[in-house]
Amino acid sequence: MSAKTPFINVLISLGDDHLILGHRLSEWCGHAPMLEEDLSMPNMALDLLGQARNLYGYAVELEAEGRTEDDIAFLRTDREYKNILMVERPNGDFAHTMLRQFYFAVYMQLFWDDVLANGDARLKEFAAKATKELAYHIRHCGEWLVRLGDGTEESAERMKAAVDALHPYTNELFDITPDFNTCIEDELVPNPETLRKDWNTAIQQIFRQAFLVVPNVQFPQTGGRTGHHTEAFGHLLSELQYMQRAYPGLTW
Amino acid sequence: MVARAAVDFEESRAWTIAAAVPDPEVPCVTVADLGILRSVHIEKNTVIAKLTPTYSGCPAVLAIELAVETALLEAGFDARVERVLSPAWTTDWITKDGREKLREYGIAPPVNGSASKLSLFGKVDVTCPRCASTNTEKLSEFGSTACKAHYRCLSCSEPFDYFKCI
Repeated sequence: MSAKTPFINVLISLGDDHLILGHRLSEWCGHAPMLEEDLSMPNMALDLLGQARNLYGYAVELEAEGRTEDDIAFLRTDREYKNILMVERPNGDFAHTMLRQFYFAVYMQLFWDDVLANGDARLKEFAAKATKELAYHIRHCGEWLVRLGDGTEESAERMKAAVDALHPYTNELFDITPDFNTCIEDELVPNPETLRKDWNTAIQQIFRQAFLVVPNVQFPQTGGRTGHHTEAFGHLLSELQYMQRAYPGLTW
Repeated sequence: MVARAAVDFEESRAWTIAAAVPDPEVPCVTVADLGILRSVHIEKNTVIAKLTPTYSGCPAVLAIELAVETALLEAGFDARVERVLSPAWTTDWITKDGREKLREYGIAPPVNGSASKLSLFGKVDVTCPRCASTNTEKLSEFGSTACKAHYRCLSCSEPFDYFKCI
């Protein structure tokens, strides 16, 4: 059981990335700049939510202490969530949202591809589906990056501002916590360091087409993996957890 | 021998019942047409139907599982539904019959044999389900449900859903 604990923690932290980013994306529902995007963002949010459920479901199954995936999603306090900071940031404008999604989707696709080759057997099952779903996210967001970066003066400015704001948060994707390190040694998950080169290449490739430049980050922003969150996170949780806090034990 | 044959008969009856359950979001096709009903077998007098989700976050998964279980219970079986993820569902598993039903319903079926990840990015010719023209354009990568994209026919001007490859 104790040997499983680091893996359970890693599964939950990955699930947190997906749940929180999915929640942020879903905030666009009804507010998107055009109808097609009002469909696309909740669709992508749904994929992320499904992936989060897979990860949480697996974690509570290994834990075998009677918790459910809903307990993990709705009944923890802010410090217990271990998502990276980038996913909890307020959406900002559409350029910010598309860029963040692109950064995350490219990383996760590399992650799942590696899982398919070397990882834990159950994760492979999640990966087989997720990697195809992410292919759609990457294409969709990548097209927007180019369209906005190579668009009007205004859209290009906004795209550049998004890169400046978000790029400092990307380093946390590759963070290796002690739990993560144990899982890498047990060959359950890929080593994020080995994904960095391909991630950089994919980002640079699309940035070239979008007339964007990868900034030189002096102060990478980290903290989420150890439960140190941004101010925005408490506000996000108060919405996400509202129903369970107001009506404890509520079920559909 | 006799007992075995009886089980087989019951299994095929159970399959027929489970297979006839329609998809709640695309009711023109059944779970068997879509290829998400993986197997039906009987174990100690309980029918076990194995289903696989189309997308990780498909909101219809629970509804489908419940519908299959209910159909089997109503037919007098003691039944249980199990979710299997591997191998992952692909649109290539939609039957020929299922594709035809989708087309008649006004949804362009997925282009066959193109569910590999590489070809997701390739250009596909989507045929208009109304006038059969291939002169169509994509309006939105994402449509009214997770499994569909939105298209428009440039020949007959009708908008339509395309069941996208995955």
